[in-house]
Amino acid sequence: MPDLVIVGGGIVGAACAYYASRSGLSVTVLDRDTPGSGTTSRGEGNILVSDKGAGPELGLALASRLLWLDLAAEHGPDRFELEEKGGLVVALTETDLGPLAAFADGQRDAGVSAQPVAADRLHDHEPHLAPDLRGGVLYPQDLQVQPVLAAAALLAEARRAGARVVTGEEVRGATHGRDGRVTAVLTDRAAYDCGTVVNAAGTWGEAVGERLGGSVPVLPRRGFILVTEPLPRVVRHKVYSATYVGNVASDDAGLETSAVVEGTRGGTVLIGASRERVGFDRSLSVDVVTRLARQAVRLFRFLRDVRLMRVYAGFRPYCPDHLPVIGPDPRVPGLLHACGHEGAGIGLAPATGRLVTDLVTGGQPLLDATPFAPARLVEVPA
Amino acid sequence: MSDSFDFDGRPIPFVPGQSVGAALTAAGVRSWRTTRLAGRPRGLFCGIGVCFDCLVTVDGRPNERACMVSATADAAVTTQEGTGHGVLEV
Repeated sequence: MPDLVIVGGGIVGAACAYYASRSGLSVTVLDRDTPGSGTTSRGEGNILVSDKGAGPELGLALASRLLWLDLAAEHGPDRFELEEKGGLVVALTETDLGPLAAFADGQRDAGVSAQPVAADRLHDHEPHLAPDLRGGVLYPQDLQVQPVLAAAALLAEARRAGARVVTGEEVRGATHGRDGRVTAVLTDRAAYDCGTVVNAAGTWGEAVGERLGGSVPVLPRRGFILVTEPLPRVVRHKVYSATYVGNVASDDAGLETSAVVEGTRGGTVLIGASRERVGFDRSLSVDVVTRLARQAVRLFRFLRDVRLMRVYAGFRPYCPDHLPVIGPDPRVPGLLHACGHEGAGIGLAPATGRLVTDLVTGGQPLLDATPFAPARLVEVPA
Repeated sequence: MSDSFDFDGRPIPFVPGQSVGAALTAAGVRSWRTTRLAGRPRGLFCGIGVCFDCLVTVDGRPNERACMVSATADAAVTTQEGTGHGVLEV
């Protein structure tokens, strides 16, 4: 088999390396920094179906969720800190209730378990929830992993299967054969011969694609996460307000916030989620942090007397149509893209890795990759 | 006559400007919280506000750094167990 070079050692690159190396491909992973140090380390480790409406992304998410469970069964859930915690989406107002129920109806038709919870039963699931919420929907299929641990574990297993992981080298370009096919990936230190190269550079996928000869539009969408002091087990599920789903799908460039609250095994409670299109500006916004904190207290009043330890920011990679870009570049033979997963990269990584591996080996694809094809986003030469 | 504050029901003397942690240590109290997982005893370590090892509950607020809180005569200082938020556990 020809060599496969994967650019990016985040969760998506790690999953590509995992499945590709185990299918017999000779794999090299290149990361300019350390594995999982980009967007992988900047989220909560969500594996969600609850926030996705019926459509191709939900199909990918459902398939990927099953692969995560397979990974946990084979390597042990502790390897990834995988928790089958479930999600609980709550309606703050009466007007949130109708759209939430309609959204859940569509999800159920697509195979999602979405169980309505009446207002007076919410506390059976989350005892600390505010008393005046109007109802919600429980999503038992939502999972969580510790994302950096998960990326490291997938890379370690890939190495056991023969993959090579090179850190601290930045991709600068590529060489192409007379037919335009990629023949080698060039870093600031070395050249890596390859038959195929996968652009798994996440939020930096546009620049990396350009260096490899085929740019795809991937843009950063900034988010902050607030971290509380350690607490006993106080929040059981991933809990968020129904307005979050609208924000995920929104095309508004301005600031959007809707509290997403969840506990971690370490005891801290994580509070997201904000969305802003401000380029790669990492600076702290007190306004955003204040809004998130206020919205979190609206869901869980006890948080008012809990201190924040820190705040971190990251950049979700999004494509203009909010679908990831997975598959062969129509302009550059040998170049595949696997990026643009927006806020869902941890959840979608295994299915992406499997799909990339299927596309490279010519195997029966895990699912129809057409909706994710790069051809939808770029000018295809006649 | 020196001032004192209440620590788990007994008076701890302090001089003005002294921290809660310094006063406790001077009174022979070496530990005033237990760690979250193993329940190990903890008191002053760095003493300058950096390490967060000397956490203590002051007037019902857990996770105050004993080395950074000035001692006052009306303070109620109590031993902290684990996160100090055990009452929230569900």
